[in-house]
Amino acid sequence: MSRRRDPVGSARSQIAVSSARSVTQEMLSEQPRRDLIRNTIFASLLFLAIAIALIGLVVLITDSIVKGWSAFDLGLITNGTSSFPEDAGLRSAIIGTLWIIGIVIALIVPIGVGAAVFLEEYANKESRISRLIEVNIQNLAAVPSIIYGLLGLAFIARSPLNLGFVVLTASITLTLLVLPTVILAGREAIRAVPPSIREGSLALGATQWQTIRRQVLPAAIPGIATGVILAVSRAIGETAPLVPLGAATFVTFNPNGPLSEFTAMPLQIFNWVKQPQPEFQALAAAGIVVLLVLLLALNAFAIVIRNRFEQRW
Amino acid sequence: MDAGGIAASGPVPANVRGRLEATSRRWGEKAIYCLLAACAVLSILTTAAIVISLVVPSVEFFGEVPLGDFLFGTDWGPTFSPATFGVLPIVVGTLSVTFWSMLFAVPIGLGAAIYLSEYAGRRTRRTVKPVLEILAGVPTIAFGFFALHFITPTIQDIWPGHFLGGPPLIFSALAGGLAIGLMIVPIIASISEDAMSAVPRGLREGAYALGATKSRVATRVVFPAALSGIVASIILAVSRAVGETMIVLIAAGNTPNLTFSPVQSIQAMTAFIGTTATGDIPTGSTIYKTVFAVALLLFVATFAMNLLSTRLVRRYREVYE
Repeated sequence: MSRRRDPVGSARSQIAVSSARSVTQEMLSEQPRRDLIRNTIFASLLFLAIAIALIGLVVLITDSIVKGWSAFDLGLITNGTSSFPEDAGLRSAIIGTLWIIGIVIALIVPIGVGAAVFLEEYANKESRISRLIEVNIQNLAAVPSIIYGLLGLAFIARSPLNLGFVVLTASITLTLLVLPTVILAGREAIRAVPPSIREGSLALGATQWQTIRRQVLPAAIPGIATGVILAVSRAIGETAPLVPLGAATFVTFNPNGPLSEFTAMPLQIFNWVKQPQPEFQALAAAGIVVLLVLLLALNAFAIVIRNRFEQRW
Repeated sequence: MDAGGIAASGPVPANVRGRLEATSRRWGEKAIYCLLAACAVLSILTTAAIVISLVVPSVEFFGEVPLGDFLFGTDWGPTFSPATFGVLPIVVGTLSVTFWSMLFAVPIGLGAAIYLSEYAGRRTRRTVKPVLEILAGVPTIAFGFFALHFITPTIQDIWPGHFLGGPPLIFSALAGGLAIGLMIVPIIASISEDAMSAVPRGLREGAYALGATKSRVATRVVFPAALSGIVASIILAVSRAVGETMIVLIAAGNTPNLTFSPVQSIQAMTAFIGTTATGDIPTGSTIYKTVFAVALLLFVATFAMNLLSTRLVRRYREVYE
């Protein structure tokens, strides 16, 4: 039976239909008024909670922009370190960050992917040693970052590695800090490649490594890339692990290699925050905005990759 | 070098024909295996290096300062003379900041999680969740600046008279706590939301069928069912708050103060490490060892919390997946 409505005299019949429906619904779905009120209050409290979190984010960003507005000019990026706020800028810090992060990327990609491949493709997952490694990586991911700074100070800058307070020390410290992120993301990506792909490749006579290199890794690249980008953005923004390594925070030259003394963007911003003059606070705010733009762009990029390449097998 | 060699290479000895094993030794494959294994073992070495670098100076430290004086002393002045090594003031400083941050983050984070999992539509969830994740990507230095230059003046302005001992000082446990709270909201919201989404639909539908309202389903059915995941998210958030350095260093002050008052300037454990462990601290000096003893305490505390948290997360996964 079709539910065709009579076009003539529809007004009256529609009123009849809708009131009949609403009265019946009212009767059958009747809830105590108290419940209804409680429900509404609860829902609005939940909405308030999420609104506060989002407003906090917006206020944080706008507050930095407003406070740093007076310091936004080309000099913010082209000026080097200086004890006069009008001559001070981020140049040395940006170059330092580029060096540090370049080496971090060169280290985390092979080591992180290698560890992820080993744990997913080779290791016997039931064996005690691989379970130990798994728990260990999860715990490393949650060690406070300042402790990595102390590791860098005690182990890398001084004996046994004895590198001193140079770019390479900062790079290794940050690598150890973000490596768990890369490994965990890499494992997740590799695990998402269905076993049939591997079995097909092995059945055609490929060796295990050929299977991994030609089939598994290409399929897992978007996931791995997401993990690497998130790890890099964390490495760029971390200040605490560099504080114990910041022997030469007043770097007036441009870092020019792995064994050069260094400063980095968050470290430079922290130094400005510590200064009493309000001009330096404006510089710090402007520096934070630069850092935020960079990190949010990286994060957005990672999210785009994740959504774009999300593959259903 | 491949398995294809079986068919191609001339007369095959009869006893080999049926075997499925490789014909060559494949040294390359073995080398790759070793290389990859080395990458995985590096994580164990990292942990070992952390433990060694913390424990060795700490053991020397406890040779100079009795463990009991360190853990239960109420006077913290390792740089004064005579130096005092009672760690309680900075432990209380850390706990106080953590407490105020959780007071903010737990209701907000759980509210956001329940909203996203039970109330929000698919589209809202798909837009709001990534935005919350952005909050997790903001560098801590930005939160520190925000705490010092926005939160502190704001709460000083709106502070109701002599409530809890008057308006907060320039550096206060509350300002640091609130900024950390904002920072860890995404941790609580995201993990709790995962746990609540993992609760099977059948439980909800059963409750609805019995006439429960939406708020009742959320609080009496979904929330208890996801409790272990929720607790895990809170423990993880506590461990992040305890280990956070830059925010407390910038906004909570550097005066060891045995108080839970939110308006006073305090010193957290991480702030002590951050101000004291600079590049020119001489290796082997008492102050150097003190830094590592405090760091060991921090490491043990966060390590225990993380273990507990992973246990709990695993439990809810086992039940519902």
